[in-house]
Amino acid sequence: MAEQPPAESPVKLPLDSWHIALGARMVPFAGYSMPIQYEGIMAEHEWTRSHAGLFDVSHMGQVTIAGEGAREALESLIPADLAALAPGRMRYSLLLAEDGGILDDLIVTALPTDGGEAFGLVVNGAMKGEDIAHLRACLPQAVAITYHRNLALLALQGPEAAAVLDDVLPGIDAQIGFMQSVRTEWQGAPLQVARSGYTGEDGFEISLPATMAEALADALVADERARPVGLGARDSLRLEAGLPLYGHDLTTRTDPVSAGLAFAISKRRRAEGGFPGHARIMRLLEEGPPALRVGLALEGRMPAREGSPVLNSDTIVGQVTSGGFAPSLGHPIAMAYVDAALAAPGTALEVEVRGRRLPARVTPMPFVPHNYHRAGAA
Amino acid sequence: MTRYFTQEHEWIEVEGSLATVGITDHAQSQLGDIVFVEVPAVGTELAKGKEAAVVESVKAASDVYSPVSGTVSEANNAIEEDPALVNSAAEGEGWFFKVELADPGELEDMMGEEEYRAFVADLG
Repeated sequence: MAEQPPAESPVKLPLDSWHIALGARMVPFAGYSMPIQYEGIMAEHEWTRSHAGLFDVSHMGQVTIAGEGAREALESLIPADLAALAPGRMRYSLLLAEDGGILDDLIVTALPTDGGEAFGLVVNGAMKGEDIAHLRACLPQAVAITYHRNLALLALQGPEAAAVLDDVLPGIDAQIGFMQSVRTEWQGAPLQVARSGYTGEDGFEISLPATMAEALADALVADERARPVGLGARDSLRLEAGLPLYGHDLTTRTDPVSAGLAFAISKRRRAEGGFPGHARIMRLLEEGPPALRVGLALEGRMPAREGSPVLNSDTIVGQVTSGGFAPSLGHPIAMAYVDAALAAPGTALEVEVRGRRLPARVTPMPFVPHNYHRAGAA
Repeated sequence: MTRYFTQEHEWIEVEGSLATVGITDHAQSQLGDIVFVEVPAVGTELAKGKEAAVVESVKAASDVYSPVSGTVSEANNAIEEDPALVNSAAEGEGWFFKVELADPGELEDMMGEEEYRAFVADLG
């Protein structure tokens, strides 16, 4: 038997002792010791949908790309139209491989600068090492890549997030709408506050020096409308919101079109190309992909997990990529890739779980409506 | 009536040759919110250490292995209807199944209540 390499012990987040003091159960995730839950996944999930949840997402990679030619250089790796991205605006985008496969999904923000070009990226915690290596290998020397290992990231999510934030950081709520970001200060520390998140709710993601994270987290949960929420509810919330999870619903073997993320390939970039996988992605857009990421609503209570086969009559027509019980709906839901011919909402399929066939119906996503606060909307 | 416990965090309450089996309060708290339970049908022949029931929490699925061999005489359908009962009353109303013991000798290596609580405390 091959010798096992010694397991690396998980890295502690800046808020590690804060989580433990609040009764979190800590688990290894993405190389970090992270809180999976405090009082319970269902309660935290429901609290976020009705009030405000505070999530520590400091494991995610925060990177700045700056310098002359930064825009063009970054556009050579992602399909977003960065020329059209005004300072303070954000886009969901994808780091693509040469064959159009997805290396990671990310949020890119155009940062205000004095005439230069600078973009902030937030990438998945589990992928950040590979992403940064990829950026360093592909971007020209003149473009500076800075990994901000000393920044923490807190997400405040839920219908009462804006009211909670307004008491701690007055005025931000009125200043930014969904997918907008602004620089501010709190107790002398620089903060970047974005109106974004991964729960389907209105909310904010606050980037700040790790040394200030505990003080801000305390200030936010001092409001009785805000409670700490762990990774477990983060997963059930994003699943209900129809948002894909990298490493599960998106991989190097999936492409943006099959994944239902064609919105991330902007019009100008479709016409001009110049990003990895352009030819294949255009072909998929024109001809339609052989399989599509769909939502499935399952009957009964037994959840289908990642890897469960999807069947039509007795033929395997797809596979579940993530699934679980939906606390807001009271039944199990899943995301799966299925044959494009069977991807229409309402299509009756089956999912095999432990040798049993469970009835499943293709369901439009999000499963639970998004509740974003768009600028200009009442 | 005597109650036994296993290192796999199951409890077995024995009265004559009939044993009631469930998971411990420690087990339910480790699993988190339980959303689905499947108990064995009456008449199922169980073998010690083999799968007997399934528990799914929000996050993951877990098999429950039978701590004893025997024939299922009653299953607690109430926990299939209301899986949260396992969270709220793991060592009471949230029992899983009753089994007619095939070999009472299997109980010999099991822990008593005090010993089990100490075992859990040692797990940290």
